[in-house]
Amino acid sequence: MAVITYREALNQALAEEMERDPNVFLMGEEVGVYNGAYKVSKGLLDRFGQMRVVDTPITELGFAGLGIGAAMVGLRPVIEFMTFNFAMLALDQVLNSAAKMYYMTAGQFKCPIVFRGPTGAALQLAAQHSQALEAQYIHFPGIKVCTPATPADAKGLLKAAIRDDDPVVVMEGELLYALKGEVPEDEDFIVPLGVADVKREGRDVSIITHGKMLHVALQAAAKLEQEGIEAEVLDLRSLRPLDVDAIVATVRKTNRAVYVEEGWPYIGVGAQIVDLIQYEAFDYLDAPVERVTQADVPMPYAKGLERLAKPSVELVVEACNRVLYR
Amino acid sequence: MADAKMVTKKGGPAEQRRGGEQGLAGLSREELHHLLYQMLLGRRFEEKCAEAYALGKIGGFCHLYIGQEAVTVGAYSVLRPDDYVIAAYRDHVQALAKGMSAREVMAELYGRVDGCARGKGGSMHLYSKEHNFLGGWGIVGGQIPLATGVGWAIKYRGEDRVCVCFMGEAAVNSGAFHESLNMAALWKLPVIYIVENNRFGMGTAWERASALYDISQKACAYDMPSAVADGMNVLAVREVVKEAVERARKDSIPTLIEARCYRFMGHSMSDPVHGVYRTKEEVEEAKKRDPIRIFIDQLKEHDLLTDEELNAIDDRVKAEVEDAAEFADRSPEPGPEELYQHVYAQEPERGWLFFDRKNRLRQ
Repeated sequence: MAVITYREALNQALAEEMERDPNVFLMGEEVGVYNGAYKVSKGLLDRFGQMRVVDTPITELGFAGLGIGAAMVGLRPVIEFMTFNFAMLALDQVLNSAAKMYYMTAGQFKCPIVFRGPTGAALQLAAQHSQALEAQYIHFPGIKVCTPATPADAKGLLKAAIRDDDPVVVMEGELLYALKGEVPEDEDFIVPLGVADVKREGRDVSIITHGKMLHVALQAAAKLEQEGIEAEVLDLRSLRPLDVDAIVATVRKTNRAVYVEEGWPYIGVGAQIVDLIQYEAFDYLDAPVERVTQADVPMPYAKGLERLAKPSVELVVEACNRVLYR
Repeated sequence: MADAKMVTKKGGPAEQRRGGEQGLAGLSREELHHLLYQMLLGRRFEEKCAEAYALGKIGGFCHLYIGQEAVTVGAYSVLRPDDYVIAAYRDHVQALAKGMSAREVMAELYGRVDGCARGKGGSMHLYSKEHNFLGGWGIVGGQIPLATGVGWAIKYRGEDRVCVCFMGEAAVNSGAFHESLNMAALWKLPVIYIVENNRFGMGTAWERASALYDISQKACAYDMPSAVADGMNVLAVREVVKEAVERARKDSIPTLIEARCYRFMGHSMSDPVHGVYRTKEEVEEAKKRDPIRIFIDQLKEHDLLTDEELNAIDDRVKAEVEDAAEFADRSPEPGPEELYQHVYAQEPERGWLFFDRKNRLRQ
């Protein structure tokens, strides 16, 4: 297996799927001539031409809706949002048009479209550019959502999303694009939606997470190891469909769970996970489930305040200690 | 503004007065009768809808198109069956005239399983893949980006089809309209945006909602061709749309058309015909320009329609509407097993898609 970056893995996924299926095209701001705001689409314009790698005006609602209309009549668009902060302008189209199309038409029209881009905070980008908005999408039936945290998952999940017949939101991480990892070269390598992955085995406590927070969880697990605690880290990878069996399995194994996410707590992803755990694994719990989230405030700019607002390794270790009654 | 006189110029008035084979506006006697049939079908169908709504057979929002029939029928008269149409929520007549059966549309309004969307869409969400009718969208302006995407797909595949996008005048103040027109003009997409200016966005008169009165001028901002049509005159609409469709089909250039018409009914079934935002006199005055009456007069003037023919068409239409209503009455309501169907096209091998544990299906 080759070691490549998360960005290169996404690029490979796009190129391979565009090669494989002429109905696949990429559209978004700066995806063509500029090679992508985060260089994910580097070289694709030269390779596939301007009908298939399309620079748009700054008009999120418009080009998201354009993609949905194209999907309605059989194309398979990949719509890049420069970040999901800007995708809020397109929510009417994503949630009112794409999510409901198959249902409202009683199966006459599928909507095979991918919306992708980075979610969550980077560094000191302040309140409007630092939001983890997964909960906005998973709330709506008709939408699928995945959150790759490693280069291999980025490639495999994006390929699965492009091949899927439903609208899929692929939420990446700005700080992950340069992350390196082993990625299979097989052109049919996919990571199916709905399958979580145990990224680290352990028996004392389960740290369940998704997206970029996987790396915070793994660092916390490493710290806990020094104290003799074996934490299991479960990366959900996809949030809808959700691998409930894997969640239940890890809770049954450790009897203690902490959910870590980048978004806000109220009606966050973790709120749903806690509900599932209490309902599906009530008798296996030895402690209330803890959640580590962003502070319940808009993201501040100042370095120290931002650090304080984000979920941290320390907060995860503390939460694990609490559920372990240490 | 285009009117009937402009249209009748084509064949020369003397020729047309003889009627018969020459027809009118490039259409044969039979073709003209088909347009009249479509307009009358729309009218009678919706009269039946109002009746059924009063009886509680149709629920929810129900927006009638009565008074605007010339716009759809005139526009469709220059389309091919493989051309796409996408519409807003005042869509019954747009669905029917595209070839969908009165039965499947009425059954949908009744919320029955034989409806075009198995009772899941209702009045505002009619669709037919077979007839390239793409809905039926309920958020004002929401269908405009979709139409632009259909135009994109046509161009992407190198086809010579076109997409017609209907919207009410109130939609042109939305961002979706402007974002779409910009992209359609920028990328030369074969979309014809038809604004049905029926004067009122619900209860707000157009001049109270827009700084610019002339909607067609909005196309200037996007360097897009535009035109105004008399939306009460089916042949005038046809003439204007014909030019736009040719431009789209041959040169892949979009057009913005404003069809000036009038809604004879309230905004929806819960809105009285007149009262707070318009007077009875205004509505009565507008009804003197009933598009169906105008068309009948035109045809008779050119000896293209006899009373017998008119009665025969109307009888056929009434029978079709009665049959549709009876069919809808007989059609079963969708069963509980339908509730969770068609949410997703592709079920994963693993993982939950539904978080209520499909509890409505539990015994």
